[in-house]
Amino acid sequence: MGEFAVIGRPRPRPDAAARATGRTRYAGDLTLPGQLWCRLVRSPLPHARLARIDTAAARALPGVAAVLTGRDLPTRYGILPVSQDEEVLCSEKVRYVGDPVAAVAAVDEETAAQAAALVQVDYVPLPAVFSVDDALRPEEEPIHPSGNLQRAVALEFGDVEEGFQVAAYVREDLFFYDGSTHLPLEEHAVLASYTPEGTLTVWSSTQTPHYLHRALSRVLQMPMERIRVIAAPVGGGFGGKSDVLNHEIAAAALSRVTGRPVKCVLTREEVFYAHRGRHPTVLWVRSGWTADGRITALHLRTWLDGGAYGSYGVATTYYSGALAPLTYRIPHYRFEGMRVFTNKPACGPKRGHGTPQPRFALECHLDKVAQELGLDPVDLRRRNLVAPFSTTVNWLRVTSCGLERCIDEVVGASGFLGKHRRLPRGRGVGFAVSGYLSGAGLPVYWNDLPHSQVHLAADRSGRVTLFSGAADIGQGSDAILVATAAEILGLSPEEILLVAGDTALTPIDLGSYSSRVTFMAGNAALQAAQRLRALVARGAAARLEAAAEDLVFAKRRVFVRGSPDRGLSWPEACAAAEATCGPLQASGAYTPPRLAGPYKGSGVGPSPAYSFSACVAQVAVDEETGEVRVEKVWLAHDIGRALNPLLVRGQIEGSVYMAVGEALLERQDYRGGAHRGPSMLDYKSPTVYEMPEVEAILVESVDPEGPFGAKECGQGPLLPVVPAIANAIYDAVGVRVDEVPVTPDMLLRALDRQRRGEDARVGPKVQPPASFGPLTRVRRPEGWA
Amino acid sequence: MVEPLPPHAVTPLTLRVNGTTFRVVAPASRTLLEVLREDLGLTGTKHGCELGECGACTVLIDGEPALACLVLPVEVQGRKILTVEGLAGAALHPLQQAFVDYGALQCGYCTPGMLLAAKALLDRRPRPTREEIAEALSGNLCRCTGYLRIVEAVAAAAEGGHG
Repeated sequence: MGEFAVIGRPRPRPDAAARATGRTRYAGDLTLPGQLWCRLVRSPLPHARLARIDTAAARALPGVAAVLTGRDLPTRYGILPVSQDEEVLCSEKVRYVGDPVAAVAAVDEETAAQAAALVQVDYVPLPAVFSVDDALRPEEEPIHPSGNLQRAVALEFGDVEEGFQVAAYVREDLFFYDGSTHLPLEEHAVLASYTPEGTLTVWSSTQTPHYLHRALSRVLQMPMERIRVIAAPVGGGFGGKSDVLNHEIAAAALSRVTGRPVKCVLTREEVFYAHRGRHPTVLWVRSGWTADGRITALHLRTWLDGGAYGSYGVATTYYSGALAPLTYRIPHYRFEGMRVFTNKPACGPKRGHGTPQPRFALECHLDKVAQELGLDPVDLRRRNLVAPFSTTVNWLRVTSCGLERCIDEVVGASGFLGKHRRLPRGRGVGFAVSGYLSGAGLPVYWNDLPHSQVHLAADRSGRVTLFSGAADIGQGSDAILVATAAEILGLSPEEILLVAGDTALTPIDLGSYSSRVTFMAGNAALQAAQRLRALVARGAAARLEAAAEDLVFAKRRVFVRGSPDRGLSWPEACAAAEATCGPLQASGAYTPPRLAGPYKGSGVGPSPAYSFSACVAQVAVDEETGEVRVEKVWLAHDIGRALNPLLVRGQIEGSVYMAVGEALLERQDYRGGAHRGPSMLDYKSPTVYEMPEVEAILVESVDPEGPFGAKECGQGPLLPVVPAIANAIYDAVGVRVDEVPVTPDMLLRALDRQRRGEDARVGPKVQPPASFGPLTRVRRPEGWA
Repeated sequence: MVEPLPPHAVTPLTLRVNGTTFRVVAPASRTLLEVLREDLGLTGTKHGCELGECGACTVLIDGEPALACLVLPVEVQGRKILTVEGLAGAALHPLQQAFVDYGALQCGYCTPGMLLAAKALLDRRPRPTREEIAEALSGNLCRCTGYLRIVEAVAAAAEGGHG
């Protein structure tokens, strides 16, 4: 750590005080003079044709400024080019309870709600489907014209049959991972303001201002340069605000027709229906092993229940198979996956995007394999670990990899080997590992442009401003960007002004998703800072009559190495550079290397670097009530380098928290297409009481391409926690619940069966239809054949 | 064109918020949360559900935590209402400083409510146990931090002598 002044030191975020004093203005806190309020009219039916919409009564209500229906906004949109299947307001039919059919703007919230209730809609109900099995049966009418099977994938790397033939032991298991939602504390909000000059400004609680910008341009048919999107500070995202949502475009369209600013804040119930959360997924795993515990083949099948629209779902489908081979040296791998439309709110990316489900399945499966082979679960993993600087069988380029060290750390800190199968009944420990990407290798729409760009400007006062298109969603990306520039320029992070997430002022960044900001925007900020430093060094070198390469930037000074007195203050150095070079500006960009393998679908999975995690969870099971208490979680994470350990630990603890919710409590559940409990009381999430103690251990593998060697930490640490808890439950009471969340009723059922001497396992029993389509055989990378 | 006014009944209110007395006229159906945010412009108090489930809108009324989304302003006229905007003076309140220093906030959206729930506790129990801190915060949801740092920050503020 001695080599850096800022990097590697735990440090509060520069924006923390503003957030702690209520000064931070989230999108819902913004107000403009003359502002109208928008409400959406939503379908009460899960699948229905629209026969008639009558807006006359709503329009006649005093205070109502405009009512829009699907006819007013005919252009479809969607986050992925392959699934442009959403309408802002449905024109012909509705596909889930909550699908909007009209949008109202009125002088205040109360009037807008009243007007929305006056919109008369006649629906012709259609049969609705709520599960993968139902959706795949031939229906009178599929949800979308292309059919309910949205995407099927079948890829084979190597030859799994050969792998199974040489195996001494083959095992298969079936799992289910239920859907959950992001539940951000902040309800989604947008404020849109259209002017008669033909410009539109939109403030939104969005993780992806650039993608919102593109969708607004497409649907409103306005050129992008006439639209300004500002990502307000986001009050919790977790992936839920990374898709473009109806209300964002509806508010903008209402502003255009009324000529007045329009604000829309979703109610908590609407947030549950906006969703885009975790896909409920059925998973089947089959693996082959040598007698000494080396994997010979892996076959994974995933069935994703996608809800009513595409969202990021095609990517989710590929992700459900792409990262399974990341942690182990698997010589033959077959992945079959599908995503199916159902009449429920669309699923999308939630922290871990498509990878927590297969990781849960794989790590629980390995726990069973280890037991059958008579190995301890840690030893089984160790025998199969992926090597640093290697290529997986599905063409993922692995660079730095601290997975083995992560395992050593958690196993040592937790005393796992002394506890596993040794604790008294009712208490147990479980182990699991995982890996995740530091940014997706490809953008969601095809282009060959940089993924992140940063501008830096300085002037003679010493003022430095950093311009970045990234959106801080609470993870602290703003703090990381200014810390990066501060390190290079010899300043402290608080001395750098940040302008972020404003398409009129900041260069394009693809957004805060896929754990990409520290790695990609961080690299762009690093390059911009190095270039600004070179400019300042030129001016300072001339003034000091020294060589630019001999200058040191530290403590807000620029001085000659070895002679601290021969130097300039930072403002003096900037002034000297302004005199020499003119206005001080520098830019940086980051484009990931081209890493896709030689097959269709290979765009999902590649990343410039992968983080790795290992986890031990300790639980106590109450056999009377079926309740599971997670007592402690040890989580070691290969972060590459911790740029700010305080923030990294916060991400790890937050990931553990979210994983505890998914393992034991959280379920986005419907009855007849209606959410079973669209409120924060009915949707059970962990409170302070359910949160376990966490021992976070940072492992630094110093990645060759990460900024200062850093990798991601926002999503990866969630992944191993869910299977570690499931494995710990088995260790505690000897029953397998191959399904999460593990609720008390499931566990009591399993314990009851155990007492009666029956097969105690609880979980799915039958695979859904295996209509994955023709298998694509992909040659293995060099070194595998 | 004169825009027709919506047909809402309105109520004149006198509210003492953060030491200042405000006189406002607001629709009678508005909650204290809405009046604070919409009529007084005090947007530091957050709304997360408007059903009394998340704790984001916690304010103090005569020192006791209350969910502003469940309070009608007519009920609290003349009583002392404290919101997050009234917590800091020239310097941060020790609880705010501890939240900053301990990384007890990420997105910050639950923070105002957490701070006020914690303040009510420390005013009552200057040296609370961890269990008492957990109990005081158990009605406030946070989706980012996993609560651990929030509990740490409250404990640290208490140990440092709560201002």
